[in-house]
Amino acid sequence: MSVVTLTINDELVSAQEGETLLSVLHERGIDMPTLCHLDGLSERGGCRLCMVELEGSARLQAACVTQVQEGMIVHTHSERLVKYRKMILELLFSERNHVCAVCVMNGNCELQWEAAKIGMDHVRYDYLNPDLSMDASHDRFVLDHNRCILCTRCVRVCDEIEGAHVWDVMGRGVNSRVIIDLNQPWGTSQSCTSCGKCVQVCPTGALSAKGATVAEMEKQHNFLRWILDGREKNVWSYGNGK
Amino acid sequence: MTKTITIDPVTRIEGHAKITIHLDDNGQVEDARFHVTEFRGFEKFCEGRSFWEMPGITARICGICPVSHLMASSKAGDAILGVNIPPTAAKLRRLMNWAQLVQSHALSFFHLSGPDLLLGMDSDPTKRNVMGLIDKFPDVARNGIRLRRFGQKVIEMLGGRSVHPAWTVAGGVREPLSDENRSKIRRMLPEALDITGLALDMLRDATDSFRDEEAMYGNFPSLYMGLVTPEGGLEHYDGLLRVVDSDGNVLEKGLAPARYREILGEAVEPWSYLKFPYYRPAAVREARGGRATEHYIAGMYRVGPLARLNVCDFAGTPRADAELREFRRLAPRGRPVANSFHYHYARLIEILYALERIAETVEDPSITEKRIRAHAEVNNMVGVGVSEAPRGTLFHEYHVNGDGILQKVNLIIATGQNNLAMNRTVKQIAQYHINDGKVSEGILNRIEHGIRLYDPCLSCSTHAVGQMPMVVEVYNAAGALVERVQRD
Repeated sequence: MSVVTLTINDELVSAQEGETLLSVLHERGIDMPTLCHLDGLSERGGCRLCMVELEGSARLQAACVTQVQEGMIVHTHSERLVKYRKMILELLFSERNHVCAVCVMNGNCELQWEAAKIGMDHVRYDYLNPDLSMDASHDRFVLDHNRCILCTRCVRVCDEIEGAHVWDVMGRGVNSRVIIDLNQPWGTSQSCTSCGKCVQVCPTGALSAKGATVAEMEKQHNFLRWILDGREKNVWSYGNGK
Repeated sequence: MTKTITIDPVTRIEGHAKITIHLDDNGQVEDARFHVTEFRGFEKFCEGRSFWEMPGITARICGICPVSHLMASSKAGDAILGVNIPPTAAKLRRLMNWAQLVQSHALSFFHLSGPDLLLGMDSDPTKRNVMGLIDKFPDVARNGIRLRRFGQKVIEMLGGRSVHPAWTVAGGVREPLSDENRSKIRRMLPEALDITGLALDMLRDATDSFRDEEAMYGNFPSLYMGLVTPEGGLEHYDGLLRVVDSDGNVLEKGLAPARYREILGEAVEPWSYLKFPYYRPAAVREARGGRATEHYIAGMYRVGPLARLNVCDFAGTPRADAELREFRRLAPRGRPVANSFHYHYARLIEILYALERIAETVEDPSITEKRIRAHAEVNNMVGVGVSEAPRGTLFHEYHVNGDGILQKVNLIIATGQNNLAMNRTVKQIAQYHINDGKVSEGILNRIEHGIRLYDPCLSCSTHAVGQMPMVVEVYNAAGALVERVQRD
């Protein structure tokens, strides 16, 4: 695989051809905010927090779905980008009912971390305060639409890692919802294996363990790397090379 | 000409309120109303959430006594799960509840009422506050802060933080008490007990100079309600509901708290967001008498420290029992203490009691055990949790569906239950101090103090939104505003 050279924040950087810009930025230790991206899952480019400026292009590009190119000149933290990122986070907070103080993920929430990191101290937009339900019909897990940011990590992990494809998205725009099967109560799902991967990858309190109380929920992503490494080394197949 | 006097804002209470005084044609007080102008709506917006979250959500009703809501809410959760929580969890909850009683009562006595008691009801209003107290009686102010700190510290040691600790949950508590924290509580206790002793002496001295106030601050017959142990002792966390009347007759000896609806009704008035709970058996009798419009007022009962000491047979700890005997002497033999001025005294006795109980509990060998949380599914569709908050009996009632999602929530808050009594107190003080329509600054202070006796927590009791400073307005017989007094 050939090597490309690009400029990131006025510094010359070499990268493998075909790599995403986000992975290069992470390798370089540049702190990029992300919400829909999760190592081990396919990229979606949905949250737009990892947007970067590319010289010669008027449009901002999401680093997670942009491949590195020879001669690319990239800016990751310009004033304009920080302004937009803050705006995106404020819009996420105003769209549903994110009440950190009483949330099961308070203190462990990726949305909360990103907002704190960027210095979002208030929301300039009117809260939509949508009337959204909770689905607590599953024996072990709870879905709370009030806290969902539609990152679709649950959809991707269920499809790509567990192979069950229980989750999907219905509706459009601000009315989109993650759904189980064909919009059935979680507890009645025939396809759900109750593996809990969706709960573990969810960045907010939208998916949580039943019975968890304020700030009690912590999520572990490392199972993903473990499964994927195993898959790569073929340790899950019969005979596994012995 | 009839006129109405309004006091707005009522200060140094938790939350904000307004008082109107209605005068008749002769300038005498006809009626006085304590309006609570905040509205919050917790009962409604909690619908659709899960009962697991309720301790965390309802604790936000108040920053002074979040622990009380945590207790009642967790107990309602225990009932929905249908579990007996591990004994150590119950002891730890009691420990936190007593600590809460200490910090809240210390706040009421030293910071909120202290300025009136020590600086005088007629002293300069700009100095009659906690800063004025620090200026003139720095030791007293410091003691108040230290005593409150004790309670807050114990809460923090158990729950990880002093305000809104998400520690008690349906099924028990989240973290055990460490040996280290247990030793710390032990070390902090002697100072707290000393301060309480000093406060009792201080109140006895101050009471001598408030004989007038003592006689007419909420001195009227009413019912009293509170929790007692099955043996009839003072109780704050569990136990049975007891109601006594002003002659000392026991109307309810020990009703299971979950059956509270059989004896309590909730009335509403268009001029206040605070509900008017009443004792139903007494109110019904009045209705049969033919005065349907006032039928619930006869069901007026008081809750809180004064009521708790009136309904219990004994406290159960040596020093508190000694003080309780003194307290009983304030009323004719066998009768409850009817005078709301003695809420102050009752509050200090309860601090003493709570400290003695904390001292006992930290010596319990099982208090640091690690089995503290029961796990279960939804087993009951309705859960009622009742405990004694610093200001009185607190009820949380949740109705859930099979998944634990709330369908209906009913909260009866301590301050609400004193609503009828607070209105009556304001009227009594106004009648004593207003003659021929003449109003003085002193009377406004006294009415405010009359309210402050109940240490009302209005943000709690209305589950309320927004803020409003207190105003007193005087209306004439024609309903026209003739005087408006406002202090910013």
